[in-house]
Amino acid sequence: MEQKTVVLGVIGSDVHAVGNRILDFAFTQAGFKVINIGVLATQEEFIHSAIETNADALLVSSLYGHGEMDCRGLREKCQETGIGKIIMYVGGNLVVGKQDFESVKERFLAMGFDRVYPPGTLPDTPIEDLRKDLGMTID
Amino acid sequence: MQAVLLIDFGSTYTKVTIVDLESENILGTARAGTTIETNIMDGMNSALAQIPEPAEGWNFVRKLACSSAAGGLKMIASGLVKELTAEAARRAALGAGARVLEVFSYELTQKDLDRIIVSKPDILLLAGGTDGGNREVILKNAEMLSTLPVSLPVVIAGNKVVSGQAADILGKRHTPVVIADNVMPELGVLSVESARLAIREVYLTHIIQAKGLDKAEEFLERIMMPTPSAVLSAAELLAQGYGSEPGMGELIIVDVGGATTDVHSIAKGDPSKPSVMLKGLPEPYVKRTVEGDLGMRYSSEALVETAGKPLLDNLGWTDDQVLDQLSLYKEDPWRIPQTAEEAKFDVAMGRIAVGLAVDRHVGTIEVVYTPFGASYVQNGKDLTPLAVVIGTGGVLLHHSDPLEILRGAVFNPQEPTILKPQDPSFYLDKEYILAAMGLLREVSPQVALRMMKKYIVKL
Repeated sequence: MEQKTVVLGVIGSDVHAVGNRILDFAFTQAGFKVINIGVLATQEEFIHSAIETNADALLVSSLYGHGEMDCRGLREKCQETGIGKIIMYVGGNLVVGKQDFESVKERFLAMGFDRVYPPGTLPDTPIEDLRKDLGMTID
Repeated sequence: MQAVLLIDFGSTYTKVTIVDLESENILGTARAGTTIETNIMDGMNSALAQIPEPAEGWNFVRKLACSSAAGGLKMIASGLVKELTAEAARRAALGAGARVLEVFSYELTQKDLDRIIVSKPDILLLAGGTDGGNREVILKNAEMLSTLPVSLPVVIAGNKVVSGQAADILGKRHTPVVIADNVMPELGVLSVESARLAIREVYLTHIIQAKGLDKAEEFLERIMMPTPSAVLSAAELLAQGYGSEPGMGELIIVDVGGATTDVHSIAKGDPSKPSVMLKGLPEPYVKRTVEGDLGMRYSSEALVETAGKPLLDNLGWTDDQVLDQLSLYKEDPWRIPQTAEEAKFDVAMGRIAVGLAVDRHVGTIEVVYTPFGASYVQNGKDLTPLAVVIGTGGVLLHHSDPLEILRGAVFNPQEPTILKPQDPSFYLDKEYILAAMGLLREVSPQVALRMMKKYIVKL
């Protein structure tokens, strides 16, 4: 099967680099081609990278609590630039304070993300999900 | 004596330099108007005739030339995303010494094709997609380009997976079609060398003939490269050194011309301070930028427009005075300042041209405030520690105060985010030999290097 490509990055003014490295390693080990745009990634960088590399999914991390602000409008921009159907995952400490995760998840799903992960999710979960979403697993 | 004849067929002047390989001296330099309409050799011969011939006559061991005549090497580049492969393609073309007329991104439209027809480029550079990445755009653009009414040389430097297919499509209409390595094989990786070589090859095999420059090749051995390419080659040699002969280290060369101001940097430009993050497209070690709106004569009006208030403040002139001066330059582009006031205007204008051209060439640093304090993000090259700034070009050479103009290249504490050299030494290519030394490098790099170190003087 052809190798699938994902764009990985930490969105906004967020400089958390450790989790980014771990995800890069885990997805690469799992057989994906990882385009890691690193920390301080803008929405435009995610989109431009996905266009040039013909990526199958955007993996957005946000650890510093401003995720809601930084992620808003990403799906719309994807639609505008011709990659509107691309798979989008988001995870990390998406909001400030101890908010109920279900309501956080609802908000990000409404923003157009396909899957939303709470803090403490291990890489295996999104890897399995992505295989499913890309039709790579045989049920 | 081992005389070598080096010629630069420029857009306006044909410049002849004769050097002696043994004594490593310049035997003579001269220039005459370029005669592309009649026979390119007429101009060269009248320049050559100005240099006193030795009694036994010239016996050149080598005769080499570069050229920016007949519009130079005009290119149009196209890529996918403007900031990514389109920008990479632009840099590849500039690095090959081209005049980049247009850069298109995404799918080419009929309007883009019309622009290509009107501006008549010598070579098209087609990029788009990382290797294994997007393949639709380069194929669609190849289809579009194959509907052009004329045949043009095309260099393909895009997604390698579909390069062959794109070449097949283009080959139906265009010759030659050359495949080079992708200018952006991976996201954020710039790889322009293969495209540069392909462009040079097409230039040598097709463009010289198409421009009628091959007439010169009956007398000369060969037109080796476009002039900007020769200058870049000389700059690289001068920075790096050759064998046991040391170079001058990382440097900037600023060429202030009548129509454009070109900046070349031979420098890595890595962050000079710790904990700075790099963003954006990686920069080529040998980088060339061309500013079409920052010329001192043909584009002086555009320059004044761009410079605006700082220029007026600098001079204390009124708008009318500036307009009067500009109309003088319009009448006679080669006018040399006649009065002290005029010279002041020229210095102010030159300094701003150099300043803006270097501003646009170097990188920037910005502070990003995060919940964990300030972070620094660098885009482009940090040239603050760079120690050598070299000036060249007609305007500087014939100017009474080139140093004052070159100081525009220095870091401005009022604009601390623009990473220009903080405390460089200034040099002048007084004999105007950089292009010639780029040619001489092909024959004897050591001699070319030593001659540059001898003839490029400290200001």
